[in-house]
Amino acid sequence: MGRYVIRRLLQMVPVFIGTTLLIFVMVWGLGDPVAAMFGDRTPDPATAAQIRHDLHLNDPLIQQYWIYMSNVFKGDFGNAWNQQPVTDLLKTAYPVTLRLTIVAFLIEAIVGVALGVFAGLRRGRFFDTGVLAMTLIVVSIPTFVTGYVLQYFFGVKWSIVHPSVGEGAPFKDLLMPGLVLAGVSLAYVARLTRTSVAENTRADYLRTAVAKGLPRRRVITNHMLRNSLIPVVTFLGTDIGNLMAGALVTERIFNIHGVGYQIYQGIVHNSPATVVGFVTVLVIVFLLANLLVDLLYAVLDPRIRYA
Amino acid sequence: MRGAKSAKWVVGAAVIALAATACSSSDDSGSKDKAKSSGSSSDGIVRAWWGDPQNPLEPANTNEVQGGKVLDMIFMNLKEYDATGKANLEAADSITTTDQQNFTIKIKPDLKFSDGTPVTSGSFVDAWNYGALVTNKQLNSYFFADIDGYKAVHPDDEKAAPTAKTMSGLKVVDDHTFTVKLSQKFSTWPDRLGYKAFAPLPKEFFDNHAAYLAKPIGDGPYMIESYTKGTSMKLVPNPNYTGPSKPKNKGVLLKVYTSSDTAYADLQSGQLDVLDDIPAADLPHVKDDLGGRYLNQPAGIIQTFSFPMYKPEWSKSGMEKVRQGISMAIDRKTITDKIFGGTRTPANDLTSPVLGAAGGYSDTLAGDSVKYDPVKAKQLITEGGGIPGGQMKLGYNADSGSHKEWVDAVCNSINNVLGNNKACVGAPTGTFADFRDQITKGQMTQPFRSGWQMDYPLIDDFITPLYATSGSSNDSKYSNKTVDTLINQANAEADPAKSIALYQQAEKQVLTDMPIVPLWYQNGQAGWSSKVSNVKENAFSYPIFTEITVN
Repeated sequence: MGRYVIRRLLQMVPVFIGTTLLIFVMVWGLGDPVAAMFGDRTPDPATAAQIRHDLHLNDPLIQQYWIYMSNVFKGDFGNAWNQQPVTDLLKTAYPVTLRLTIVAFLIEAIVGVALGVFAGLRRGRFFDTGVLAMTLIVVSIPTFVTGYVLQYFFGVKWSIVHPSVGEGAPFKDLLMPGLVLAGVSLAYVARLTRTSVAENTRADYLRTAVAKGLPRRRVITNHMLRNSLIPVVTFLGTDIGNLMAGALVTERIFNIHGVGYQIYQGIVHNSPATVVGFVTVLVIVFLLANLLVDLLYAVLDPRIRYA
Repeated sequence: MRGAKSAKWVVGAAVIALAATACSSSDDSGSKDKAKSSGSSSDGIVRAWWGDPQNPLEPANTNEVQGGKVLDMIFMNLKEYDATGKANLEAADSITTTDQQNFTIKIKPDLKFSDGTPVTSGSFVDAWNYGALVTNKQLNSYFFADIDGYKAVHPDDEKAAPTAKTMSGLKVVDDHTFTVKLSQKFSTWPDRLGYKAFAPLPKEFFDNHAAYLAKPIGDGPYMIESYTKGTSMKLVPNPNYTGPSKPKNKGVLLKVYTSSDTAYADLQSGQLDVLDDIPAADLPHVKDDLGGRYLNQPAGIIQTFSFPMYKPEWSKSGMEKVRQGISMAIDRKTITDKIFGGTRTPANDLTSPVLGAAGGYSDTLAGDSVKYDPVKAKQLITEGGGIPGGQMKLGYNADSGSHKEWVDAVCNSINNVLGNNKACVGAPTGTFADFRDQITKGQMTQPFRSGWQMDYPLIDDFITPLYATSGSSNDSKYSNKTVDTLINQANAEADPAKSIALYQQAEKQVLTDMPIVPLWYQNGQAGWSSKVSNVKENAFSYPIFTEITVN
């Protein structure tokens, strides 16, 4: 097990270098960031040359990447488009997105699994059909539609909640955006759980458990749920990364100054330092979340062993 | 005990994951405190929409409206523009000259920055020298280009190092007097001094630059109480301010929004008081939504598209007819009404209505060349030899400003006139940066979207940078000796009225050559909540915050 974890951690190194290089090249390909700084005005050549020199824009691309990465390992992620150090942006944006992710993840996991379990146990009945229909609707509506609609009705029309998230992103403001962000994944989790539960209710070991005369609660939580959750856990694990990266739309709608917003700003303002910095951290989150999922398998399913 | 052992590894991996993702959750407590202090509403504070400024808040380094909005509140310049765009003396007691080239500037005594340090002639001279020096990389340094000795601190050549640190044209006489020598005669130069690049800077700017940028200090009506980059800024009245625009409220809270749609929702629900960026989608119903608390007035911005005059197929003799014809083939009135919902005004000249007739704006100057006339347009284009290659591709950037809609409309208008639905097509470029890069490198082969936002409300700002041969933003590389001569004469003319007339002559010549097609003037808009009143916008389309009262 220990060797497995170490091997997986080592595997992350090439993946990490590959992704950062790829993103660096892509953002670099977007054009000259100096040109955008001057707006509709023609840059003063001498000033532009100074800025280019300071940003190493005249060096070959691979050398720029090398300079950037060696600075990253010294803890310096460079400066964003508005001259703020990217490390400062990381420090303020990641906690905010993490809070949003936690809210969304809890909604998605708790509500999704609960709906799935009940629907799976009452397969073919009214509740089941209801959950299937409802999740179908949720999956087919784009996030920005749900976002704006909920914001308009709950925030503007009925004034139940604030339409936007205030400074510091307090949890009470994050409920609505969390719900919007979790929406689609919640539907998937519910459907996944339902199928898995419905399948397992007919499994031999479950019939045995019932035949042994175990109480229903024990049969469901220990025997059925533990086995049904394997595919759900896979989904939830990879979804942590998706939630953090995919909050771009939700963050814009609800005024959340998190990762998605900063990456968007970085792309719009053509700032490789911002985009690469944020995505680098996202890549690490993705890799670790995947590792976590793989390890959780062993806990849930004793048949899986890592040597 | 296999299960328990693997659980231990899971916990281990989880710890690494948390350490990597949440290394800075200790910041949370700090931001919560801030949320408390800024969430309140009925304390006499105006809560206004704000966008993140693109550059550090240095006066000579701020060239966009969001940073400009703040500088406008925290600085009092030698001259300031009033609501009509007229430049009045404020920090200056007098600005005198006898030869339109050497100016003597006297500053009012006893002016103080918000940190209590005095405003002296050195505050101005040091600030201007800082702004001009090429190694300080100030985006607005070209504003000082008229001062004698600018070339020494800011050489034209990209590789040359500056040979001096200060401009020889600036001389401190005493604490409250300094002289400026320009490199050539320029009668209206003092009227430029209201532009915020010319703001005075306190000692701290030079001694402790980082601290200054974290919380800029000025001599204006407001001072910054707190500034959380990327989130919000709280401004309160500056007790040391003695100028004429004392704030009529207890302060302003500028809130950065991720999108103006969100801000609009906040405005409707009473979480925000002033929004000067109404989302395009909400324009049709903004009056109903806000119960008439909405203004829509011309701003100092003109939208145009430019021809690449460095390409012979667009500039050869006879093409002026084609360019004229293209201009006359555009139905500006319908496009501004249908696409922009009346938030643009069809252009009649190359300036802006904010200048006023006395300042050089004219609603007849362009005459027929901007009037929609399908028959004449088609005739001119045919006479001139038709559109080069049979098709023009109107370039724009696709990432901001929803340019696609109007570009398509302009093209449709041209296509209808020519009876050919391939005569004009839109040509999007992915990002603004890339788009501007191609333009400044002179790589455009087809017409492209352009625009000009004035720096100060003077006609010279709408003409010289754009149409003089050496103009700093002459993107179409247009060059006409007549225009250059007229601009030089206008600069040297002591009588403002005569100077403006000369500029207008130059403007007429430009419109005859039509290197760029004037489209429409952009309007400034603002909506406000029922908690505030007396919201107005100045010539720069900034809300005049000092005048806003909280009910």
